[in-house]
Amino acid sequence: MKSVRISLILVLLLALAFVNAPKADNHQSQSLTIVWAEWDPANYLQELSKDFTAETGINVDVIQIPWPNFQDKVFTAFVGKSDLYDIVIGDSQWLGRNSQGENYINLTDWINENIDVDSIYGPAMTAFAEYPKGSGTYWALPAEVDAAGYVYRKDLFEDPKEMAAFQEKYGYALAPPKTYDQLRDIAEFFTRPDDDLYGIATWYSKEYDGITMGFQQVMWSYGGSYGDADTYKVAGHINSEDSAKALEFYTDLLKFSPPDAPNYYWAETLGAYNSGQVAMAMNYFAFFPAVINPEVNKISHDKSGFFIAPAGPKGHYISIGGQGMSISSYSKNKDLAKQYMKWFMQKPVQEKWAMLGGFTPHREVLQSDTFKTATPFNEAFAASFPYLRDFWAVPEYAELLEVCQTNWSEAISKIKSPKEALDAIARKHEEIFEDAGYYDE
Amino acid sequence: MQTNLPYKTSRGMSDYQLKMAFIMPTMILLILMNIFPLLWSLYLSFHRYKASMPTPPRFIGVRNYTRLLQDPEIWGYFQTTAYFVVLAVVAQFFIGFGLALLLNREFRYKGFVTTLLLLPMMLSPVVVGLFWRFILSSDNSGLLNFFLIPILKSPIGWTTDPKMAMIAVVIVDTWMWSPFMMLIALAGLSAVPKYLYEAADVDRASAWFKFRWITLPLVSPLLLIALLFRTMDAFKMFDIVYVLTREGGPGTATETVSMNLYKLAFRNFNTGKACAMAYILLIIIVALSNIYVKYLNRVKGEE
Repeated sequence: MKSVRISLILVLLLALAFVNAPKADNHQSQSLTIVWAEWDPANYLQELSKDFTAETGINVDVIQIPWPNFQDKVFTAFVGKSDLYDIVIGDSQWLGRNSQGENYINLTDWINENIDVDSIYGPAMTAFAEYPKGSGTYWALPAEVDAAGYVYRKDLFEDPKEMAAFQEKYGYALAPPKTYDQLRDIAEFFTRPDDDLYGIATWYSKEYDGITMGFQQVMWSYGGSYGDADTYKVAGHINSEDSAKALEFYTDLLKFSPPDAPNYYWAETLGAYNSGQVAMAMNYFAFFPAVINPEVNKISHDKSGFFIAPAGPKGHYISIGGQGMSISSYSKNKDLAKQYMKWFMQKPVQEKWAMLGGFTPHREVLQSDTFKTATPFNEAFAASFPYLRDFWAVPEYAELLEVCQTNWSEAISKIKSPKEALDAIARKHEEIFEDAGYYDE
Repeated sequence: MQTNLPYKTSRGMSDYQLKMAFIMPTMILLILMNIFPLLWSLYLSFHRYKASMPTPPRFIGVRNYTRLLQDPEIWGYFQTTAYFVVLAVVAQFFIGFGLALLLNREFRYKGFVTTLLLLPMMLSPVVVGLFWRFILSSDNSGLLNFFLIPILKSPIGWTTDPKMAMIAVVIVDTWMWSPFMMLIALAGLSAVPKYLYEAADVDRASAWFKFRWITLPLVSPLLLIALLFRTMDAFKMFDIVYVLTREGGPGTATETVSMNLYKLAFRNFNTGKACAMAYILLIIIVALSNIYVKYLNRVKGEE
């Protein structure tokens, strides 16, 4: 009798579960899933999306994946043709691979009909939405426009004793550096291991695109390049004398960094700065809200200044950051996703996006005084724009990136000389392009 | 009277049908989950194919294999792996066997101590990698450096110095897997008949003599099995390297073959080449295992 009663209860519970199931389905059909990396802008987007839900009744869930696994997880979902994500906010380099791999839907016609392209900052549209570059074919809309920049300790830089000592040693005034030579001098000046103080924290990590994003802007500014964008020939470009000098310089900077610096990417550089271990630190501007947050940075939240990445002897280039918003080919909610993207690009929404801390691609909002004065680092961020450059955005980018990561990491670890590392990259990159048929004609 | 007809159940199933009904689910699972992927990956290893692209596989013969075998960097990863396997397995063997010898006697709280020693191998390798990352941090904040700096005056670059990074990986793997070696050795030691030692005592044999001629010969078959498992597992080292030295850094100092295979397969989605690499790895592991098995048979006197 007892077992009969238990069975009846179980049947009742099962029936209740099935009665509730259709409700869950209805709810699900009016939901939109956005995948992004785990960082503050994703929190801002979740907050912003509440307005979209209030207007339309469509729920928006922003899924965040830790940076080191972000690409692997999203790409694996694409290979499995998963409908897990409706909107993917992916790196600019992903465009080639995901457009040619048919993982992103072609948005060209829809954008031309529904979005005022002129309202978007032109270089952002090219970097985050267009593939091939200059073709007018769009696969995304810029969501977050970012750049690599620097934060520095104003209390150290403006200390009269430090200023006098620096002037005496180097013969010019201590101020945020405008060139890489000045950056090196300042880094050297503040390196005092006995006080656990070091000059600089920058990216050397082998994880994801760490050392590549950190070093490439130095390489470009020293006169090097990845290769010829028309012929895809690499030899003589990436392994040029200029690139070798840049890599020597970047390796040399390690002397003025904390001992764990070869493992540094954005989280570690941020940690080193906020703990007072370094006088200057490089990071994407999107991470700087943590620098001015007194709860996170107890040492220098009100004593921090910001400057754009310095110029080199042969130019001034800065690594582009940020991501574009694309629709997954496997999404079952493509129309909802388009509705969301159209809503997102409206000027009032972009103004609120900027106010929350997002780096808007909207031209007017980006150039407004309200935006530039909204945070202590927005002005330096806006000043970085003319100098932005990107890695290869071809479908083979992940392989090209992997080769750079490995060889540059070997160079800074003294496993290979800068020239050996650059020659190895040139050889491997041409092998990848050859395999992919870029030299077939 | 017995007949040759197969026995039928009340529902009309013969012995053969019943047997098949029990075996088929396993067989189907085995074919779907093991045999088919094995054959499919062998097929792909002779093709240019990227799982991330819509283009179908294109036959290129043995080019994936020749490219891999002619690449000096791939041989470098094999060397790194071999270096790791030798260092880690030897260390685990001596530490594990030593611990087993210590535990193979009666003392108070023996069960508790044995359980404590077994804990590391029950943890997830990723968790182990993460907390050792904090212990072995290369600056002053690393727990080990915190204690060593007063003696050495400067921090050791556990995960930033190419020479030290491999030692760091070996330390962590040894910490985690020596208990496994200890467990197997302990099982072997407890199975050695006591009367052999008693007879040796009567003959006034030395401790070394008893170890060399009684303990070692009787425990060695089990030790060899433990060595076989550990060698095969160490050859596939991935998770600790991925977490502790951040994908096999610094440079390629700790980049094992499995780490590189992961990048080939799931980052570059160079599926054809990754399948070829997996087969090369499989052949090496099978060859190594065979050497062990032959030696094991010789030890057991079955050859």
